[in-house]
Amino acid sequence: MRELFQLFIAFARVGVMTFGGGYAMIPILEREIVDKRGWASSEELMDYYAVGQCTPGVIAVNTATFIGQKRRGIAGGIIATLGVVFPSLVIITLIAGILTSFSHIPAVEQAFSGIRVCVCVLIFNAVTKLWKKSVTDKATLVLCLLVFILSVFLDISPAVFVILCAGAGILFTKAGIRGK
Amino acid sequence: MIYLRLFYEFFKAGLFAVGGGMATLPFLYDISDSTGWFTHSQLADMVAVSESTPGPIGVNMATYVGYTTGGIPGAVIATLGIIAPSIIIILLIAKVLKAFRQNKYVDAAFYGLRPCSVGLIAAAGFLVLKLALFNTELYQSTGVLADLFNIKAIILAAALLVVTRYVNKLRNVHPIFFIAASAVVGIVFAF
Repeated sequence: MRELFQLFIAFARVGVMTFGGGYAMIPILEREIVDKRGWASSEELMDYYAVGQCTPGVIAVNTATFIGQKRRGIAGGIIATLGVVFPSLVIITLIAGILTSFSHIPAVEQAFSGIRVCVCVLIFNAVTKLWKKSVTDKATLVLCLLVFILSVFLDISPAVFVILCAGAGILFTKAGIRGK
Repeated sequence: MIYLRLFYEFFKAGLFAVGGGMATLPFLYDISDSTGWFTHSQLADMVAVSESTPGPIGVNMATYVGYTTGGIPGAVIATLGIIAPSIIIILLIAKVLKAFRQNKYVDAAFYGLRPCSVGLIAAAGFLVLKLALFNTELYQSTGVLADLFNIKAIILAAALLVVTRYVNKLRNVHPIFFIAASAVVGIVFAF
């Protein structure tokens, strides 16, 4: 029971200190989980992180489930994950509540019009960063462009593209197109 | 039953969004289109808030959308929905971690999934672009081509692009600073 509680607290701390997720989380996990508590080694952490990236879902959540289940089995996995999302729940709910009551003020509207432009640029930067890691040959280039064009012009659920592309990945690898 | 639908939609996003935070974005646009719970411009605002607050972006966006749709219970349910598939999948593969990582089918599937994720995020970004830099509605009503472009926004976008990508000192600065600066520009220049 005690250790479950500690898991929750440790991952809630990770949640609070992670700004933006992804790679920003690694140094914080190193400090909280490896150095301070010795719950996993640096190598294990990198393994979890790598698998967290190649399984569906939010990477931070996946890593939390891994470490939690290693310590205390299924209950540990669930508690650690609830810990990592707990700060988000509190903070976002507060902000959303406040913003809803201020959103009709002209200055707030103008601020968000400016912010939207920034979001545009941030998404563009995220796309170019991911592009370098994912579009490595002709087949992936074609897949990426096809998905982009089809999802801009047609009303298809992203889940459909995900399933088809996983199949295409296996098919291309088997056919020996990969890497050309 | 809105809560059941919320859980289902976010479970789906958690299950199919591959590649971290931004990968949930296309699913959120899909939810917006199919349910009408929130608008595209609300969603862009939620992205900004999720980027500038602590916590993983994917989780923050789920909580925000959930709150907007169904208050505090909605926030909790959407968040649980997006983490449920992760918990199930990770608990299943934790025992066979090494085998999973080295499995050639998993590797081959991800070879196809990664570019797919990039394409989907780019398409979601395109929707934000249309909203932030162009006045499509104004153009449709006036028919004047100059009305289509939101000049102030385009200048800001170009400036941000240069600053975030090509100015070495600023490239690794946290996005929250650019978001804050853009908010100030938005107010000062009356966007």
